[in-house]
Amino acid sequence: MKLKYIFPILFIALLNVSCSSDNDDDDSGITNEVTGLTKIQDLINDTHTIELFNTTGQFKTGYNAISLRVIDNATNSYVEDANLSWIPMMQMPTMEHSSPKSTITKTLGKDTVYDGFIIYQMTNLDGSGWSLTVNYTINGIDYTVTDAITVLQNDNQNSASFMGSDDSRYIVALAEPNEPKIAINDLKVGLFKMENMMTFPVVEDFTITLDPRMPGMGNHTSPNNTDLTYNSAEQMYNADLALTMTGYWVLNLKLLNTNGEVLKGEDVTEENTQSSLYLELEF
Amino acid sequence: MKKFIIFSISLFFSGFTFAQENTTFTKKDTTKLEEVIVLGRRKLSNYRQEKTLSSIDEFLEKSNKITMIKRGNYAWEPSINNMTSDRLSVTIDGMQIFGACTDKMDPITSYVDVSNLEKVSIGSGQEGTENGHCVGGNIDLQIPKSKYFESGLKTSADVGYETNGNYKTGGLDVEYSGNKFYINADGIYRKSDNYDAGNSKEILYSQFEKFNVSLQTGYKLSENQSFDAHIIYDKATDVGYPALPMDVSLAEALITSVNHNYSNDSTFIKTLETKLYFNTITHIMDDSKRPDVPIRMDMPGWSDTYGFYSKATAQVNKHLLAFNFNGFYNRALAEMTMYPNDSDQPAMFMYTWPDIRTLYTGIYAKDSYALNNQETIVTSLRLGYHRNKIAKAVGLESLQIFYPEIDATKSRFLTSFSSNYNLKKEKSNYSFGVGYGERAPSVSEGYGFFLYNSFDNYDNIGNPTLKNEKAIEANFKADYIFNNFTIGLESSYFYLMDYIIGNIDTTLSPMTIGANGVRVYNALPNASIFDMYVNTSYKFSNTISANASVGYNYGKGSNNKNLPLIKPFSFLAELNYNIKTFNAALQLEGNGNQSNYSNFYGEDETPSYSVLNLNLGHVFFLDTNKFILKYGVENILDTTYSTYADWNNIQRQGRNFYMNVSVVF
Repeated sequence: MKLKYIFPILFIALLNVSCSSDNDDDDSGITNEVTGLTKIQDLINDTHTIELFNTTGQFKTGYNAISLRVIDNATNSYVEDANLSWIPMMQMPTMEHSSPKSTITKTLGKDTVYDGFIIYQMTNLDGSGWSLTVNYTINGIDYTVTDAITVLQNDNQNSASFMGSDDSRYIVALAEPNEPKIAINDLKVGLFKMENMMTFPVVEDFTITLDPRMPGMGNHTSPNNTDLTYNSAEQMYNADLALTMTGYWVLNLKLLNTNGEVLKGEDVTEENTQSSLYLELEF
Repeated sequence: MKKFIIFSISLFFSGFTFAQENTTFTKKDTTKLEEVIVLGRRKLSNYRQEKTLSSIDEFLEKSNKITMIKRGNYAWEPSINNMTSDRLSVTIDGMQIFGACTDKMDPITSYVDVSNLEKVSIGSGQEGTENGHCVGGNIDLQIPKSKYFESGLKTSADVGYETNGNYKTGGLDVEYSGNKFYINADGIYRKSDNYDAGNSKEILYSQFEKFNVSLQTGYKLSENQSFDAHIIYDKATDVGYPALPMDVSLAEALITSVNHNYSNDSTFIKTLETKLYFNTITHIMDDSKRPDVPIRMDMPGWSDTYGFYSKATAQVNKHLLAFNFNGFYNRALAEMTMYPNDSDQPAMFMYTWPDIRTLYTGIYAKDSYALNNQETIVTSLRLGYHRNKIAKAVGLESLQIFYPEIDATKSRFLTSFSSNYNLKKEKSNYSFGVGYGERAPSVSEGYGFFLYNSFDNYDNIGNPTLKNEKAIEANFKADYIFNNFTIGLESSYFYLMDYIIGNIDTTLSPMTIGANGVRVYNALPNASIFDMYVNTSYKFSNTISANASVGYNYGKGSNNKNLPLIKPFSFLAELNYNIKTFNAALQLEGNGNQSNYSNFYGEDETPSYSVLNLNLGHVFFLDTNKFILKYGVENILDTTYSTYADWNNIQRQGRNFYMNVSVVF
């Protein structure tokens, strides 16, 4: 009598188990962790595949927020406890150089996703020249993977590399707003010093003045903007950016060191319609 | 006595005076301004007008207290007591309706035509709060009441032509009237090319074309109850605004209402009228015809209003009581898209009216108390709740650029009060009144986002934190009659507190290319506006009469700056000849030099001017059909002039010959 019930229950249970093990392969629960992101490229070596994602599926010059996942090629499963770092490299005819980048950290609240950013200062017309090396450690074993990547030229200048009056080379890059609004936006800008071809430390406690303008509207500007100040938690410079309408905006900047000396950029006046240090934004 | 005044007033009105004797109407020269009758019982047969088919604008301009502000040849903006739209309550038969243009290119008066209306009721100051709160006054454009005349089918047609601007007008009116049912349909069409100022100087972009149709029908359920339905569709296309940098490719209004009427002489409530209404306006600005603009742009605007009112009248002993309970909900949305000259750059977009919803409900009560045969005291009170809400998050966020602390909604409580004492004697009349009123800021004043004003060349930003504007008002009127000579004085004084006006904010950068700067709506602690008119008339004989009127106006803010758009010294003189089938009027009209112009608010000094007009009218019968012929010359001397009320000193029409023919079948 009881078997009559037990068999079907067992049968159903088995079915369920087999179903879920089938699903493990593409793991719908974990796939959801990159919902809304588009894959840029896989970096593959013998043991692992590093998946690279962002919102557009393309690297472009300037600030790139990047999400990564590590797949163990043998088990086809995601590695959740890797330590990653990366080195972007630009190969030029006579030299090569790297670019400003963040560390790679596990994304908060996610099991398989890591994130960080890279700021590509420039690229070749066809998008070639850049390669990306990811060094990672899993369970005390070091691995590395390198591949060529394509970095397209952004239509707008959302980063700038320049020589300051202190004879140091700096890089500024627009990180946020990702989706600018007709409102007071939270502006985040990264500022890095190019110490050598490979080292781009974050510059702390400088000030960057902000003067947003619309060249298409007679250099109209907006009220209640603030200057960019350093936020040590984010390692970025933050400011309020008021955008009174959609369209093409030029964020005129002036870089001041901790002593208040101007390293780069000029005030916008009737005669000088644009600072030599600026970022562009379009929405 | 009263008839005599009315009679003399009627005479001043240079058209034929087929007035019913109980009607009064007002012209620049008259001493009484309560009601301007546009039309008689039959629509379009307004023989009292100089031009049968003159527009509402032209008609209103004849009123003493009203000046029309002109940005072109179409859609003039009325001003009462030197106060414009924001300070006035302009209604169509008690219905709230709001223009959809951020630049005041579509005053409500432009969405109706004479053919739609029976009369225009004008209330000065707090006497004009029957339908809504205001500080300057009220214009109520009244559509005809139910017409159960049992007159069967009637048709009338009008055509008009004016040489200046090659201006053509045609109108047709068909009416069937039974004892339980009536239906009336009318249409009017107007088209004008560019007009010429004096010396045949063509004013470019002054053309317009519009048509207006309306349908009114009613059914009588019983002796006491009836239903009416009314619909107006008005569409203007290709309207030029020579004083502005943009024209209008479409100004379209649909105005609808249904009414229930109850009347009973034997009950406490004598009449009870309840109306539900809806109107929608689309207004599209256009610069495609202008060859040189700094930047191409689209500026559409929409305004939808839903509302109701319930009006009752009652009589208790010597008190005539009137009540009005009303409410409306308005949605105002306007946007601007600019196309950069560099086509690589994306279009620039913003909400200039960021979807503002206005909700109002209020009650009004009026008591007319007849102390005796000669004296009456009229007291009125209006209380209202007014709420604005920024419905679009984008709109709220964009205004928060300027006002980071504001919320999406803002509520206000509004109060209006007035009391008038009237004394009527055989040879003289006196009236004295005081009032207090409040108004909420208009959508532009409260929420406008970079509204360009070509008058002072500033961009204007609304201010959601404005307080109510308040006005204390006193008015005085006296008329004396000596045999054939009548002289009258009328004067009013307004003391406005928290007077809303744009203040230059030098820290802000203009949006409009070439603008001088940005004004942010703000309040002056106070401002004073004063006006005084002296009106006289003399009757030489039963057929010949003369009248004259002079006016003085003054307006100053607490910052000791003159207020803008204050009328300079004005005068009007008219000589009339009237017999039963013919009339003629010669009119001299002008302003003195505008010496108290407001440089601070973008005005320049407008020199004095005077123009001479001649109007003639003729009535004759062919078979059983009546023909009315109106013709004349305006600006006979072809004077080149502009007035203080002409936006950017745009020149007015030079010499113009006109002729209108009306036929009644």
